[in-house]
Amino acid sequence: MIPSAYSPEAARGLWVFLEQEGGQLEGVALELLGKGRELAQARGVPLTGLLLGQGVEGAARQAIAHGADHVLVAEDPLLAPYTTDAYANVATQIVLDRKPETLLLGATPNGRDLAGRLAVRLRTGLTADCTGLAWEGDTGLLLGEVSGFGGGVMASIKCARHRPQMATVRPGIFPLPSPDPERAGRIELVPVSLEAGEIRTEILERVRHEGVDITRAKVLVAGGRGVKGDFGPLTEFARLLGGEVGASRIACDLGWIGRDRQIGQTGFVTRPKLVVVCGISGATQFTVGIKAAGLIVAINSDPEAPIFEEADLCVVDDLFPILEALIAELKRGMP
Amino acid sequence: MKALDIIVCVKVVPKPEEVTVHAETRTLDRAQARSELNPPDMNAIELALALRERHGGTVSLLSMGPPFAAPYLEVGLAMGADRAYLLSDRLFGGADTLPTSFALAKGIEKIGEWDLVLCGEESSDGATGQVPAGIAEWLGCSQITYAMDLALLPDGRLRGEREIRGGHEVIAVPLPAVVSVKLGVNEPRFMDMERRRSPEPVTVWSAGNLGVDPAWLGFEGSPTVVGAVWQAKSPERQRRFLEGMPQEKARLLAEQIRAAVSPQ
Ligand SMILES: Cc1cc2nc3c(=O)[nH]c(=O)nc-3n(C[C@H](O)[C@H](O)[C@H](O)COP(=O)(O)OP(=O)(O)OC[C@H]3O[C@@H](n4cnc5c(N)ncnc54)[C@H](O)[C@@H]3O)c2cc1C
Ligand SMILES: Nc1ncnc2c1ncn2[C@@H]1O[C@H](COP(=O)(O)O)[C@@H](O)[C@H]1O
Repeated sequence: MIPSAYSPEAARGLWVFLEQEGGQLEGVALELLGKGRELAQARGVPLTGLLLGQGVEGAARQAIAHGADHVLVAEDPLLAPYTTDAYANVATQIVLDRKPETLLLGATPNGRDLAGRLAVRLRTGLTADCTGLAWEGDTGLLLGEVSGFGGGVMASIKCARHRPQMATVRPGIFPLPSPDPERAGRIELVPVSLEAGEIRTEILERVRHEGVDITRAKVLVAGGRGVKGDFGPLTEFARLLGGEVGASRIACDLGWIGRDRQIGQTGFVTRPKLVVVCGISGATQFTVGIKAAGLIVAINSDPEAPIFEEADLCVVDDLFPILEALIAELKRGMP
Repeated sequence: MKALDIIVCVKVVPKPEEVTVHAETRTLDRAQARSELNPPDMNAIELALALRERHGGTVSLLSMGPPFAAPYLEVGLAMGADRAYLLSDRLFGGADTLPTSFALAKGIEKIGEWDLVLCGEESSDGATGQVPAGIAEWLGCSQITYAMDLALLPDGRLRGEREIRGGHEVIAVPLPAVVSVKLGVNEPRFMDMERRRSPEPVTVWSAGNLGVDPAWLGFEGSPTVVGAVWQAKSPERQRRFLEGMPQEKARLLAEQIRAAVSPQ
């Protein structure tokens, strides 16, 4: 056995890593607070948020409103932008000092960048990309539900003797809790020791577009290679339905549309009421991202396309005339 | 500027669509599944070869897996890699990300000469991109995860463009470094025996060759255990095919769509 940094007997409490950007909590951090609240209650432990950054006072209050009992805040100008070294060094200090039993993080690019590094530094187990979390009845261990092999196989993973039990969770899995601004909670500033020399990464440029969050869309119109670069009709159709446009990986790889709209294993897992899938073949790596949708409509010119196995309403046809007619139909019913 | 010695970590995985769960034993049935080089790792190999073309140096492949992985590493050699190493031993079996990244880091140290380790974004059989950061931690060096592009700066540091949520950033780190390469960032070249650089076969190392405590490897070295395994069940879908002219299909669809999105 690779020795754990501390023992299960010494460990206590459920922590959520509160990823923030410019003082705003990431959506998945709020989702984790919602689920964390439920898990903490069931186990009779407080829910603690771990918040690293600069000028994150408002984010700490936001965390309490969304379910945290206690927020540990580490503030330092060197923590303002995310870097692996700064975040891993500070998180390690605080975790080793306070010894949480469980540490949950969002499976965003930076959340994963940190989680993989931290798990090895703490010599503990990491259940990555969970689609569900629960306590195991008799042992009280965290059970992380994960999917593998392109989404075809599910498994539950636990970490028996190493602490903290770490897990990352994909954005969009748990519902967003509604905030209660009156909720009481404690904000504690923790001193950090961090020097510029510890940070090997230099950030040369950083671009954030206020991208869409397709995990919250009620209606998605998704396009793949079959749209041949023209997302125009899909965008118009989505707008008429008050929805958003999504895409297969190939459509994103080809630069036809932004990566923030990618659905699937390496994109987002979505759960809209309706998804209209246009010109997408239906590989498991894609369909894992729409499994939980209410109604699935598929439009594909190939009658053998696997997407039809996963669809409620199937249209074997060229997607463009169908969309054109659909747009006309919807406009007709409008004032 | 100096030449770059690059190690690419590649995994041989079963084709995801061919893996099933045994209904009774509830264990994975991989016996019927054919294997392949993990597709994201092909992007890492391609990037390594492109960097070698630009800067000179070597590209070595490193994999941990069963003996049958060796022929798949030959694919990488035929794409133009200089050497290939396979860590293969029963003691490596059943490893989660902690002992996997540990064994790979030990393999990298044993190869010896290296400036840069490239990994794929994630392995398609279940893990999710946690190994590269783990390797970086065991080796104590910098990391760039989800890199879309890499270049050497005149001062010898590595410049990488990486994905962040809703955008991207460009960062510079000192070498040596570990990088995970974003899936689909390039078109991996085809294998071609003309590209093969060395006639040497794949070098196979056992746990003993790495000189590490076997308790830090494989199943025994893994903090996590798999409880239950089951086949993912998607809700039964209607699979109703609409017939008629495009106009007719659209009318039927519009009806159903309105019902689906109307409140309640
Ligand atoms: C590790 C890994 C992770 C991956 N993650 C993802 C992921 O997150 N998301 C994802 O989407 N993929 C992912 N993939 C890729 C996935 O396996 C498929 O390659 C991809 O989903 C295919 O995209 P597509 O359906 O748009 O393209 P194609 O498979 O090329 O399908 C295009 C479809 O369009 C149809 N078509 C063409 N023209 C028309 C027309 N005029 N009208 C109607 N239909 C038309 C064709 O019949 C065809 O079915 C991943 C792969 C790997 C290896
Ligand atoms: N057994 C292995 N052998 C070689 N490389 C591996 C192995 N497991 C993971 N990797 C590397 O780490 C990347 C991410 O894998 P994972 O963290 O398992 O999703 C892969 O794309 C490979 O580059």
